[in-house]
Formats: sequence, C-alpha cells, structure tokens
Amino acid sequence: METLLSIEDLAIDFDQGKRFVRALHGVSLTVARGEVLGVVGESGCGKSITWLAALGLLGSRARISGSVQLNGQEIAGAPENDLAGLRGGRIAMIFQDPSSSLNPVHRIGRQIVEALKLHRGMTGASADAEAARLLDRVGIANATRRLREYPHEMSGGMNQRIMIAMALAGEPDLLIADEPTTALDATIQAQILDLLTELRRDSGMALVLISHDLGVVADMSDRVAVMYGGRVIEEADTGSLFDSPAHPYTKGLIAALPDIDGPRRRLESIPGTVPAPDRLPPGCSFAPRCAIASKICDARMPAFLPYGESQSHFAACVKCRDEKPAESARLSGNKHVLVPA
Amino acid sequence: MSALLQAKDLKRHYEVHIPEGLFGRKASLKAVDGVSFSIEKGRTLGLVGESGCGKSTTAKLVLGLIPATAGTVEFAGTRVTARHDAQWRAMRRRMQMIYQDPLGALDRRLPVITQIAEPFEIHNPEMLAAERTERSALLMESVGLRPDMAMRYPHELSGGQRQRVVIARALALEPDLLVCDEPVSALDVSIQAQVLNLLDDLRERTGFAALFISHDLKVVRQMSDRVAVMYLGRIVESGLPEEVFRRPQHPYTKALVSAIPTPARRGKRERIVLEGDPPSPVDVPSGCSFHTRCPIAQASCRNEVPQLVTSGGHAVACHLVNAGAAPAAQAAE
Amino acid sequence: MVQYLLMKIFRALVTVTLIVSAAFVVLRLSGDPAIIILGPEAPPEAFEAFRRNWGLDQPIWVQYFKYFVAVAQGDLGNSMRDGRSALVVVGERIPLTLAITLPALFIKLAIGLPAGVVAALYRNTWVDRLIMMLSVAGFTVPSFVLGLVLAMIFAVWLGWLPSGGSDTWAHAVLPTVTMGLVGAAVIARFTRSAMLEVLGQPYIRTASAKGLLWRNVVRSHALPNAAIPTLTIIGFLVGSLVAGAVVVESVFSWPGVGRLLVNAVANRDLAVVQVILLLVGLTMVGANLAVDILYGIVDPRLRIKRLQAGS
Repeated sequence: METLLSIEDLAIDFDQGKRFVRALHGVSLTVARGEVLGVVGESGCGKSITWLAALGLLGSRARISGSVQLNGQEIAGAPENDLAGLRGGRIAMIFQDPSSSLNPVHRIGRQIVEALKLHRGMTGASADAEAARLLDRVGIANATRRLREYPHEMSGGMNQRIMIAMALAGEPDLLIADEPTTALDATIQAQILDLLTELRRDSGMALVLISHDLGVVADMSDRVAVMYGGRVIEEADTGSLFDSPAHPYTKGLIAALPDIDGPRRRLESIPGTVPAPDRLPPGCSFAPRCAIASKICDARMPAFLPYGESQSHFAACVKCRDEKPAESARLSGNKHVLVPA
Repeated sequence: MSALLQAKDLKRHYEVHIPEGLFGRKASLKAVDGVSFSIEKGRTLGLVGESGCGKSTTAKLVLGLIPATAGTVEFAGTRVTARHDAQWRAMRRRMQMIYQDPLGALDRRLPVITQIAEPFEIHNPEMLAAERTERSALLMESVGLRPDMAMRYPHELSGGQRQRVVIARALALEPDLLVCDEPVSALDVSIQAQVLNLLDDLRERTGFAALFISHDLKVVRQMSDRVAVMYLGRIVESGLPEEVFRRPQHPYTKALVSAIPTPARRGKRERIVLEGDPPSPVDVPSGCSFHTRCPIAQASCRNEVPQLVTSGGHAVACHLVNAGAAPAAQAAE
Repeated sequence: MVQYLLMKIFRALVTVTLIVSAAFVVLRLSGDPAIIILGPEAPPEAFEAFRRNWGLDQPIWVQYFKYFVAVAQGDLGNSMRDGRSALVVVGERIPLTLAITLPALFIKLAIGLPAGVVAALYRNTWVDRLIMMLSVAGFTVPSFVLGLVLAMIFAVWLGWLPSGGSDTWAHAVLPTVTMGLVGAAVIARFTRSAMLEVLGQPYIRTASAKGLLWRNVVRSHALPNAAIPTLTIIGFLVGSLVAGAVVVESVFSWPGVGRLLVNAVANRDLAVVQVILLLVGLTMVGANLAVDILYGIVDPRLRIKRLQAGS
C-alpha cells in the first residue's frame, strides 16, 4: 500500500521553564492511503501530541525533532505558511469536545465557509451552497437554516458532525480524529462512528483514530498502534493485535476491560499507575507494572521487533516472545529496528 | 426478603425559565419522572443511561440530598426525607456516596488519613484518637493504599489512588448502602479495573448493598446483580444483567447494547443506530418518550405512556413488547 | 430581556438613592455650612438668617424628607455658595471635564488594548514582561503622583507645558496624558488576561487546524471572543467620564466637575454635591446598560433565542 504519511523518530520536549521534559521518545508510525490507523493508550501516553506535533500545532513551548513526511515530502519544520496550507487541506483534524471546538461567536456557516475559502477558494453563494451540501453530507437536516445558527444552539453530536463537515471542506487525504466520540453519549457515538466509516468509504480518505477506548479502536481500525510512556510499544493489524496481543501492557488493557457478552469474569487489573513523563524508569517504562518483567527489562528500553509469524506485528518487549527474537536489521521501509544485544 | 432500599414512584421536577419570546416562559424539567426500584441487603442495582436521563438525580433523591417532587424512598423501613435532621444524619451514616470526581470530593488542604478518619470524628466523637488512627490505617490498607501515603495531600495522589481514599472514607462507618455515581468514569482503563475489583472485593467482605450508576453498560454489567435502564427520567427496562444485556427487549436497550464497540465484537456487529439526539427533559414527548427515536414505533406509542411490565423478573416498558403480557403493579423488585 | 433591563434600572436607582442619602447624612453631620461659607467671624444674626433661609434650623430628618420631595419634583436645589441653580453650576463644568476625559479615554483604549493583546500573544517573552512591568507601574503609582512627576518634567524642568489652569489647549495636555496612561495600564492588564483565556480555548486550536495563519486565527477567532470580557471594563471607563477626573483636576487646577465636587464638599454645598453624585450615578447606570445591550450583540449565547418551529 502506498504510504501517505510517515512519522519517523519523532520526539517532543516540553519547555517547563527551567528544563525540558521529554513527552515523546522517538515515535515512528505510518499511515497508508485510505487505511484506518487506530492509536490507543491511556492519558499522557503521547497519542494526541504525536499528531499535533506532526501538524505543527503544539506551539512554541514544544521542541520537536524527527521527520514527518507527507507523500515523501518532509513537512517537519516546514515554513508556517506551507504547514498552514496542509492543515485542513490535505490533513484535517477533529477533536474531543466538539462544542468547545467551535467558535461560539461565529455562525456555523461562517466557520465552514472559512475552510472552503482557504482550501478551495470558494466565496459567496457558491461557498454557501457547498457548506450546505457538506452539512447535508454529514447528516444534518435543514442545512441552509443550520448554517445561520450558532454552536450553542446545537447538541454535542450535531457539533461533532459540523466539525466533520468543516474537516471535509478541504477534501483531505487524511483525517485525524482525536477522541472524536469520548464526550458523546453511546447512541450518539454510534452515529458518529457510522458517519466516519461511511465518509471514508465514499471518499477514500485515510483516518487516524486516536482513542483510549479499545472497543472503538477495534471496531474502526485496520491497524492499531498501542502507546505507553511516550512510545509505541506494539503495532499490528487489528485482528492479530486483539487475537494475539504480544506486549504485556496490551494484554493487560484488553483483560482490564469488562465485557458486555459472555460470562462475567473477574477483571484483570494492571497494578500501579502510569508514570509521569519526567519520572520514567530507565529501561522498559512498563516494567514496574509488568507481571513478567525481569532484570533485563530494567536495563534498557527494549527494541521494537517483529512478533510471531506476521511481518506486520511489532512489539517492544524482550519477554513477550520466545527465546530467540526474529533477527533482521531493517524490516519495513520506515521503521528503525534495533538488533537486540 | 424485605428490601433495604425501596423507591416508589420517585419524581423530581424542576421549574425552569425558558428564554423564549418577550418574557420567556416557565416550564417543568422532568429530571426523574416516576422511578420505582428496590435494593435488597448486600445486592447491587446498576442504573444505566445516557446523560440527562436522570440517573444522578435519582442518586441524590435516594440519599435525601434533594427533596422529591413526588414519591417515597424508604431505607431499612424508614422514610428518607430531605429534612436534614438527627434522624436523617443517623441514616446517612449507613448510606454513603462515591462521586465521579474524587478530587472534588476531597479537601485539598488535609492529608488523606485525616479525611479518612473524618467520619469517625463526626459520627463517633468519643472514639479515642489512637483508635481512630488505627482504624483509618486499616481502612487504607483494605483499599490498597500504602501506609506511607497517609500524610499525602489529594493532589499528590493519582486519580485511582484518590478514588481509593474516597472509597475508604465512605466505608469507614461500614455503611449498609453505597451509592456510586460514575465512580470510574474519570479513570484510565487499567485503573478502572483496579477500582472495580476493589469495590467488588470490599462488597464481598463487608456486604454492603450498592446503587451503581454509570453510562457504561460494560461496567454496570460487571458490578450489578440487577440493572435498570433509564431514558428521560423513567426506567424502560430492568432485570438481571445477563438477561437485559444479552436479550434486551426494549428498543432503546437494544440500540444501547448494540452500540457498544468491544474488541470481541469487532467486525461482526449489527449496530442499531438511533437517529437524532435524546429530546430535552423539558419537552418530553407524549406517550412513550422514546417514540421519537424508536425504529419500530407505531401510532399508538405517541398517545399512551407504557408501564413497566414484569415477566419472569424482566421488566419492560414498551407497548409493542408488552402487547398481550399481563400488567404487573410493581417495578423492579 | 425587557424584564431583565427593567430590573437592572431599578437596582441602579436604588443604588443611586442610597448614595445620595449617605452623602446627605455625612455632609449635614460633618460641618455647618453656615460657618464654612460665612466664616467664623460673621455676626450671629447672619448665621440665623442663613440657616433659616436654607432650612438648616429644622430637624435633619425633615430636611432629608423635604430634599427628596423636591428632587422627586425635579427641583435639585440651589448652590448655597452663590444661590444659582445647582444644575447650572454643575452643567457649566461638564464640557470642561469632557475636554480632558474624552481624549484620555481615547489614549487608554489606543494604548491599553493593543498592549494587552501583544502581551498575551507574546506571553512569557521579554515583550510581555516589559508591558506587564509598565502596566503594574501604571496602576500602582497613584495618579496624583504620576501627575506631579509629569508636571515636574514637562512644566518645571523642560517648560514645554503649563502646570495648571485651563486657558489654552496646552493646559489640557498634562491632565489628559496622566489619566490616559493610568487607564491604559489597567486596560492592558485586563485585555491580556481576557486574551490568554481565549487563546487557551479549543476553538483556537480548531482554527489553526483548519489552516488559518496565526494572524488570522488571532484576528477572526481570538479577538472577537476576547472583546466580550473587555467590554465590561470599557463600560466602566465610559461610566467614569464625568467624575473620574477628581484627583487629576485637583492636581492640575482644571476647573471641571471633579474640582467642583471637591470644593462643594469642603463648603458643605449639599445641592451641588448631590447633583454631581446623581450625574455620576446616572452615567454609570447608562454605561452599564449599554454594555449589557452590547453583550447581547457581541455574544450570540446571550441573545434571545428565536422561536423555532419544529427542529
């Protein structure tokens, strides 16, 4: 599959006044054209800032290193004008809390037309007509009337539809959805997920779905990356990730989730808490909470290596695989693979 | 077996001012509109529903934190009122509550051990300081907090640890009923499981009954002996969690259950997607309040309010489901 | 909305009444106008006549009652000093005060608003620190100190401007600048915090993610929202146009309403004091109402919800 976006060795340090704290430790991820990449992890794992950094949206307090390529073109550190042109154009983004993500003092129509003007040069009546078409497309009835309303006059679900309509205005190749349904009720979440699936099927755009909810990610994604402590610790196609998870953290997350079907069982919880970014342990950052960790895990960060038969399943864990990990220096074009000592 | 807690036809309406027209108009917001249930000693009733369905208001009514517009709550045979007199305080010792936001429930200026010991000071002032400390330390241990955390302040603990502090404090007086309002919603998945398991263990050990409120069906199923599904201030379905979530009868419950994405269900779900948003509790639709979003609604659903009809311990409030079933007087028993 | 405005006006009238009553009591109990105006050496008959003339020989509650009846009938009384209508005495000073407070308001806004916005945009840089340092200096130094310092520099040392009086436009420069700078400091600080609050909102990130350049994000998304809280303080400044110059007018001997107030209080010239207080109260109330109406225009969330058929 053709690679659309590739992030390589992305690191982020936040300026805390007196010192820098590293929040992201060399993350490499790729998104192919038209695919859905799920990014899952608990709060503070770095799943959102990875993508905000890729688009240059983290502001001046973040120091970013590494490479971000869109269609093979480097965009990390690109001039602000070029990046602005990509945002909302080739790459659009929607956020967790739709109601506060829309400007309260501007009408819906104005906010959508603004994006149409930026990316498709549309103005006046044609822009209004296109905005109405977009609202219609995301399932909002009475589109022309809704364009004249304000965000506070609408429900959270409606506002997320509007955010999606605005994202579609630039006809993006990639939509980054950061916890798009977390603030919404279950029945509304189902509506939004269905809408995203339908739009993707029609337009062929790729989707990065960032979520803490394993269910949502499992349901929507082709491939899933699991993040912990500012690193990707496991990545696989959705089937193998949930059927044969490699990393003890991924296993733990799945086991910690209560079921809705099947017999009730006692939940398996992961002991301890997520470490703060400035207090990561020296080796594997999950080692202090891990049931199978040994001395080697504390020594240094495990390499991100293939797992099992599949060439697309990777995990950063020394203990998770059989005695001998697969040996290869470079497996896929954009992943650094370290040979274990 | 007589119930520990019995709620009968509870209602809570709020007068609201709607800024409409020149002077606005008065309207009635029906947060809770005729809810009946009972909880037996040591059992857990799960209350599930989307935001605005009235589940948190129900919790406050149960504890007598706010007065009911109509209906009654009886705790161990005594009427719970919102008059905060000596009798209410005595009852409150036996009914404790855990909220969603543990930081908001704790005092930022006091070390956690002091806060855990607080119920002893309030309800048992003659207890010796040494005993108080000892009992608080035991409580900390029982909720899985290390002794060295005793002198820490709430902001020095993680979200999960704070919720443990709140649980320890709630259990200090060995209550008979614990009302949990979204106790794990603010927590990460791995911590959520810790707290749910903790509540489960403590319940097994001390035998408290619980009213467990959550928007998360999976969590409610995990924790409850019985569940009740609420929509717009009413219970629309109740029964055993296995029954209700495996064979939901009410079209709303069906949609709710089908809407949950889980890793196990991936790829093979048949999602029932409801149209639109839940109506505002100010403008509750006539008849069955769900008819505006119901995929199978018929003309009759618009006119008549469906009653909860129990059959084999499973109660449903739907005209279509209940067509032909014998009406029963009681709600979830 | 109408109800809301009526309520506001009613509350404001109660406030003004309380202020006027308090002033009445304080002025009547704190000194005898007869002695102050006629001088302690005047003959006792003159005191008697003055007191009888102005009703000062009656019990205080009678005086108070009579005063309110008169006000209700539109008679605001005469100045004890020269017997002219208090309304006229105050009225002829208003243009003089506005001659310095209006330009000062312009300075406050022209300096304060941009300074606050710039400080917020360049938060924690030297630009921000410099602006905030000046701003803190501006509103911790009392205006009479700033006035005296400016007079010292431009009038005494450099001799460019007169230090007091009201003969030419040049006399107005120092009082105007003094007031303008102090007010600008307050506005800058207020604008900065309003702007910072807005810049942290999710919709600002949305605007950036949409592809707007930062300057356009600021212009069309941040500024309109930051304007809402800033309106309050601007309303307050407009409300103090008439009486906000008491200190500065005294320092620069500018014969405006402020100085008249100071003199009238010293003379226990009650009618004049009360007219000024009423005037201040009414401008404040007017400015507040204007702000409330503007809120409704700027912030759609406060606008009356239109009646909508269906949904």
